[in-house]
Amino acid sequence: MTSTSAQATARSRAAGHFQAVDLAGVHKNFASVRAVQGIDLSIAAGEIVALLGPNGAGKTTTIDMILGLSRPTSGTVSVFGMQPRQAINRGLVSAVMQTGGLLKDLTVGETIQYTASLFTRSQPAKEVLDRAGISGIADRKVAKCSGGEQQRLRFAMALLSDPELLVLDEPTTGMDVDGRRSFWAAIREDAAQGRTVLFATHYLEEADAYAGRIVLLRRGQVVADGTAAQIKALSAGRTVRATLPGADAESLRVIPGAESVELRGDTVLIHSSDSDAVARYLLSSTQARDLEITARGIEDAFIALTGDQDTHTPPATTEGASR
Amino acid sequence: MSSPSVAVPDISNRRAPALGGFNLTVLRLEVRRMLRNRRTLLFTMVLPVLFFLIFGLNKAYAHDRLANGNESAFIMVSMALYGAVLATTSGGAMVSIERAAGWSRQLRLTPLSPVAYIAIKMLTAMVLGLGSVVVVFVVGRISGVPRMAGYLWIGLGLSVWVGALVFAAFGLFMGYLLPTENVMQILSFALLLFSFGGGLFIPLSQFAPVLQTIAKYTPLYGLNQLVHAPLIGGSVDPAWAANAVIWLLLFAGGAVWRFRKDTARV
Repeated sequence: MTSTSAQATARSRAAGHFQAVDLAGVHKNFASVRAVQGIDLSIAAGEIVALLGPNGAGKTTTIDMILGLSRPTSGTVSVFGMQPRQAINRGLVSAVMQTGGLLKDLTVGETIQYTASLFTRSQPAKEVLDRAGISGIADRKVAKCSGGEQQRLRFAMALLSDPELLVLDEPTTGMDVDGRRSFWAAIREDAAQGRTVLFATHYLEEADAYAGRIVLLRRGQVVADGTAAQIKALSAGRTVRATLPGADAESLRVIPGAESVELRGDTVLIHSSDSDAVARYLLSSTQARDLEITARGIEDAFIALTGDQDTHTPPATTEGASR
Repeated sequence: MSSPSVAVPDISNRRAPALGGFNLTVLRLEVRRMLRNRRTLLFTMVLPVLFFLIFGLNKAYAHDRLANGNESAFIMVSMALYGAVLATTSGGAMVSIERAAGWSRQLRLTPLSPVAYIAIKMLTAMVLGLGSVVVVFVVGRISGVPRMAGYLWIGLGLSVWVGALVFAAFGLFMGYLLPTENVMQILSFALLLFSFGGGLFIPLSQFAPVLQTIAKYTPLYGLNQLVHAPLIGGSVDPAWAANAVIWLLLFAGGAVWRFRKDTARV
């Protein structure tokens, strides 16, 4: 994991001296809570990066620092080589936040006008409304817009300054499947023009489908950083599950291909890249019965890498507590 | 996907806006928002006019002569002050609603500086306040009952309006202090008390002596005495100006204090 992180950083450095986002040794404490515990992250111009992790992993805290809404306790954050606030003043960065941030008594069109007037240079209102797919509701009051429409409005607002970096904090929370799909279609179309996109999500499928690079966060640290394929590879293999009373973890661990062994009462779970060999061994050399083989998906990788139960973290092997 | 061939974006022509993002489009939209709010309009435009029509045209005393006008003009000035104070307080207190809606946070993702935002809020409040004064004065003029010299119509109107700045600061302070969407319901009540304390509705001489003493320290007292002084004639008590200035400093100081807390990057 450290190696993929290093590779990703090296790759983005190679893309040019120009980093859209650069976090170095960033820590952030809230009273006694250590929300971010040492993040180094470089995002090159043009990358589409997903910040993936469960609630409380530090995604929003990290994004707030990139947007200049909060300051790191230690470490540095720079955006296009400048302080986040300077980048925002120049219209280089914009963001679509999760909820709120709209005035109910303005219309969609007025909200766009209002926001556009704040920038030195802004895109024509009609164009951003078109790109966000809401040009038909410009005269509608924000209060009368659905959650999906409001999110598209936030997206349109974010496009106004024609930012080099677009930050999305869990942008599809609360949207239905259709809304989510069409929202991402709009983002994807937009990103194809070379904009750097950083989005936080706890939906794996979103990270997998839309990001070129996935940064997995857990407890305020980067636990994996690589392409979706690389992240998936971390979860390659299958789980063999069988009932085996009195199993001995030590002796099971020497089975060829067994990567980790877990005991839960009489049940044994063996993670392996060669499940056939494990199954063959269990059935021929032990009293194992009720054998089951299941594939591990990216979902499992996610849980394994970000779950708070250390017992699930491969490749660490754990002993059943019930013995 | 990241790709090494991505062109380095040219950001050299990107500039921060002048005046921290302050502009007239925003001011226009903010005023439009206020005018759209029926409750605000009712309280700031309709109610003061109604009060003037009820109390200011009463034949029993409306034509009573004062040094430089008549009693009806006196009441008209009181009601204009009441309207302007309600209007500027409402304008300032809008920040409460905007904070609750997350709009203030959204604005921090734009080049708009917090100081420019405050300037826009104050100006919006003052535009609405001007509306209240003008409406009451125009209705008064049409009724033909209030009498005072031409320069007093202009001078007192402007004094009331400028004086209401104290309450734009009050609204702002409360808007940052009270974490509620219903901030105006609380503030309308506070303003009603201030108005009685200031002697806008009932002459203070009709209060019990203890209440009269307390009333002299309330925020509308000084302002109310000052704007009526030219009508009544007589000397101006420096304590009146002191009252207005001290309350302005207190409210503005409170607003700055809460505002700093609100916009601090933690």
